[in-house]
Amino acid sequence: MSTMATVVFFIFAIIAVASAWGVVTSKNIVHSAFFLALSFAGVAVLYILLNAEYLAAVQLLVYAGAISIMVIFAVMLTLRGDVADSSPVTKKWASGALVGSLVFILLALVILTHSDWRILAMPALAGGTTVELSKLLLTWYMVPFEAAAILLTLALIGAVIIAKGGHESR
Amino acid sequence: MSISVGLGSYLLVGAMLFCLGLYGVFVKRNIIAILMSIELMLNAVNINFVAFSRFAPWADPGTNPLIGQVAAIFVIVVAAAEIAVGLALVIAIYRNRRTTNVDEFNWLKW
Amino acid sequence: MFKEMNDLFQWAWLIPFLPFLSFLLIALVTKRSKRLSSTISILAILTSLGLAIGIGIGVIQSGSQVVENPVLTTVNWLSIAGLQIDFGTLIDPMSAMMLFVVTLVASMVQIYSIGYMHGDPGFSRYYAFQSLFAASMLGMVLATNLLQLFIFWELVGLCSYLLIGFWFFKVSAREAAKKAFITTRVGDFGLLLGILFLYNQFGTLDFYGPGSLSVQMATSFQDFALIGGVSYLTVMAVLVFIGPIGKSGQFPLHVWLPDAMEGPTPVSALIHAATMVVAGVYLVARMFFLFDNASPFALQLVAGMGAFTAIFAATIAIAQDDIKRILAYSTLSQLGYMMFALGVGSLTASMFHLMTHAFFKALMFLGAGSVIHALHEKQNIWDMGGLWKKMPITGTTFFIGVLAISGIPPFAGFFSKDEILAAALHNGHPVIFAVGLFTAFLTAFYMSRLFFVAFMGKEKPENHPHESPWVMTLPLIILAFFSIVGGWVALPEHNFGYFVHYGEFHHEGIDWTIASISILAGVLGIGLAYITYVTRAIKAENVVARFPGVYKLLKNKYYIDEIYLWFIHKVMDGIVAKVLYWFDLYIIDGIVNGLAFLTRGSGRVLRKTTTGQLQTYALVFFFAVVVIYIVFALGEGQLSTLNPAAMLGGVK
Repeated sequence: MSTMATVVFFIFAIIAVASAWGVVTSKNIVHSAFFLALSFAGVAVLYILLNAEYLAAVQLLVYAGAISIMVIFAVMLTLRGDVADSSPVTKKWASGALVGSLVFILLALVILTHSDWRILAMPALAGGTTVELSKLLLTWYMVPFEAAAILLTLALIGAVIIAKGGHESR
Repeated sequence: MSISVGLGSYLLVGAMLFCLGLYGVFVKRNIIAILMSIELMLNAVNINFVAFSRFAPWADPGTNPLIGQVAAIFVIVVAAAEIAVGLALVIAIYRNRRTTNVDEFNWLKW
Repeated sequence: MFKEMNDLFQWAWLIPFLPFLSFLLIALVTKRSKRLSSTISILAILTSLGLAIGIGIGVIQSGSQVVENPVLTTVNWLSIAGLQIDFGTLIDPMSAMMLFVVTLVASMVQIYSIGYMHGDPGFSRYYAFQSLFAASMLGMVLATNLLQLFIFWELVGLCSYLLIGFWFFKVSAREAAKKAFITTRVGDFGLLLGILFLYNQFGTLDFYGPGSLSVQMATSFQDFALIGGVSYLTVMAVLVFIGPIGKSGQFPLHVWLPDAMEGPTPVSALIHAATMVVAGVYLVARMFFLFDNASPFALQLVAGMGAFTAIFAATIAIAQDDIKRILAYSTLSQLGYMMFALGVGSLTASMFHLMTHAFFKALMFLGAGSVIHALHEKQNIWDMGGLWKKMPITGTTFFIGVLAISGIPPFAGFFSKDEILAAALHNGHPVIFAVGLFTAFLTAFYMSRLFFVAFMGKEKPENHPHESPWVMTLPLIILAFFSIVGGWVALPEHNFGYFVHYGEFHHEGIDWTIASISILAGVLGIGLAYITYVTRAIKAENVVARFPGVYKLLKNKYYIDEIYLWFIHKVMDGIVAKVLYWFDLYIIDGIVNGLAFLTRGSGRVLRKTTTGQLQTYALVFFFAVVVIYIVFALGEGQLSTLNPAAMLGGVK
C-alpha cells in the first residue's frame, strides 16, 4: 500500500470517526444530521480504499443522500422548542459511556491481539470489483436480491401508511 | 512509513463507529438521534464486511471474496427499509404524543 | 381360507369408526335436522352390524385357528422411551360375539328410539350420544391392550352419564347421572391403579401376542408375595376387579344402576342392561389369564361377590313396584350371575349368559318402554293391568323375555343359566350352586309377578293403552326371536364353548339332572307368582303383614343408599371434612399465601428493573455481553483466547 493511500485512509477514517463523535455529542439535532452525512461520506472513501467502488457509490447515494435528507425532514416535522437543545442526553449518560467504552475496549483487545488480522492488503483486483459483484448478485444471490427488493417496496408502503395515520388520530 | 494500514486498522475504525453508535443509542433523548446512532452502528458492520472481503487470506480458496460486499449491500437495503419505517413511526408517535423524547416513551411498562 | 379372513379382520376398526363418524356428523353438521340425524346414526350402526356379522361368520369359518390365535391389527399410538402403547383391533370369538351383540342391540334400540323419542326436542342430541356410545363400546370390545380398553371404558361411562342425564331439566335425572358417574369412578380408580402396577411390572399392557401380559404370566413371570403374603398377581387381580365392581354394578357399588333408570328407557335397555354394564364382565373375561394365574382367592372373590350380588339384587326386585326398577335389579342379579360364572372358572358360561341376557333383557326393557310410552310415563306396575289384550305384540314378546330369563326351555336363558349352574356344581362350588338356584327361583318369581300384574289382571279404566308403532314393535320381535333361538348355539358339536373358552376345551352336553332342577326352580317361581297374583290363592298383603320387617327392608333396598348417605353426611361431612377444612385453611392456604407473599415481595423488588425504556434494556443487554465475554475469557485463563473464532468452536 502506498504512502498516499495510507494518508488518505487516516484523513477519512478520522473524518468518519470524528463526525460520528459529533453525531452523538451534539446537542443540536440538525448538526447531528449533518455530521451523520459527513461520517457516511468518510466511510464511502474508506470503501474506495477497500476496492469497493460500487459500495462507495451506493453509500453516498443511499446514506449520505437519501437517508440523511430523510432524517432532516423528520427532524423538521417533529421539532419543537429551541433547536439548540433539541437533542439532549439522558441522566444515564455516564453509565452509557461506561458500557460503550467497555465494549470498545473488548473489541479493540480482540482486534489487536489477533495476529492474523494485522495483515496488509492483498493485490487489488484489476479493473475494480463492480462487474464481478453484479455477476454475483444476479446469479448466485438472485433470490435474496429480489427478496430485498420486495422488502424495500413493502417497507416503503408501510412507511407511507404509518406516517399517514388513521382517521381517528386526527 | 512505519504505520501500516491493514485489516486491523479498518476493524478499529469499525469498532469506534460501532461504540459511538452504541453510546448514542444509550444516552440520546431524541428518538431521531437514536435512529441516527443505529445507522452509525450498521455502517460499522458494513466496514467490517468489506474489510474482511478485501483482506481475507485465510478464507476458503473456493469462496468468492466479494461475498462480503454482497452482505454489505443487503445491510444497506435493510437499513434503508428500517430508517423509512422507523421515521414513519417517529412521525406517527409524534402526531399522537407531541413528543420525540424517549424519556417519555415508557408505555412498555404497562 | 384363514388368509382371506385375516384381510377381513383387518377392517374391524371400521365397526367402531362408523358410529363415531356418525357422531361427528350429527354433532357438527346435521344437528338441526332430526330425521337426517337419526337416519345417519341408524345407517352407521346397521353397517357396523353387517360388518360384525361378516366377522362373526369369518370367525366361525376359521374355526380353531382363530380360537387359538386371536387376530391382532395394531398401529403404534404412543411411543416414548419406556412406554409403548398400540391401538388396534383384536378379533377372537369372544370379541366377535360381543361385536354382534352390541351392534344388534344398539341398532334395535336406535330403530326403537325413532318411535320412543319422537317429538323430543333433544332428538338429534340423543342420536349423537347413541352413536358415540356405540363407537366407544365397540372400541372397548376390540381393544388390544388394557390402556385402550380403559380409554373406551371411560368413554362409555361418559356416554352413560350423558344419556342418564339426557333429560337434564329433571333434578332426579341430573342427580342420577352424577351418582352413576361418581360411583363408577370409584371402581375405575382401582382399575387404573391395577393398570399402572401391571405396566410397571410387565412393561406392556397387551392382552395377547408376543411378550404380552398373557404370555408373560403363563411362562416367564415368577409371582412373588406383595403385602402380607398375598401374591402380586392376586393383588393385581383384585385391583382390576374393582373396576368391574363399579361398572357392572356388583355389591357394594351397585347403587347407581337402579337410579340410572332416570334416563330414557331405550338407553336403559342398551346401556344399563345389554352392553355397558356387561363391560365389567367382559373385562374380567379378557383378563381371565390374570385371575387364573393369581391365587384361588381372586376367583373366589369374584364368585362370592357375584353370587352375593345375584341373590341380593333378586330379593330387592321382589318388593319393587316401578317396572324399570324391577328390571334394573334383575339386571344386577343377572350381572352377578355372570360374575360368579367367571368366578367358578367358566368363561364359556359367563359369556354365553352375557349374550342371551343382552337379548332378553334388552327385549324386556324395550317392552317396558313400550308400556310406559303407551301409558304416558306411568311406571308403577300396580297402575297397569290387562295390557296384553291392548298391546298384543308388546305383551307376547315380553312374555317370551320372562320365559327366557326364568330358564324355561327352549328359550335362550335356559341354556346359559343351566351352563352356569352346571359349571358351579362341577367345579366344586355347591354353595354357589345353591345360591344360583335360589336366585333362579326368585328371578322367575319376580319377573312373572311383574308380567302378571302389569299385563294380565283387570284393566284400569283410566288407562287408554294402544299398541306402539311398528318402529317400536319390530325391534321387539327381532329381539324376541333371538331370545328364543339365542341359546341354541349350545347345541351343535362345535358349540359356543368350542369357540369361547379358556384353557382346554371339553365338549359337554346338557346335564339334564341339573337342567331339570333349574327348570323346576323356574316353574316353581312362575307358579308361585301365578297363584299369588292371578288366582290370588295366597294373598300378597298377608305375606307382607306377617313379615313387615323383611318387606320394609327389601322395599328400601336394604337401606344401602341410606347407609351411604349417613356415611357421607356424618363421617365425611362431619369429621373428615372438618379435619380437611382445617388442613385446607391453615396448611394449604398457608402455603399458597406464602407463595403469593414471596411472589409479591420479589415482584416489588424486581419491578424497579422494568423501566419501560428500551435504552435501559439495551444498556443492560450490552453490559451483560461484556460481563459474559470477560467471564469466558478469564475462565480460559489467557487473553489470547479472546479470539472469537476459537471461542465459537474454531472457524479457522
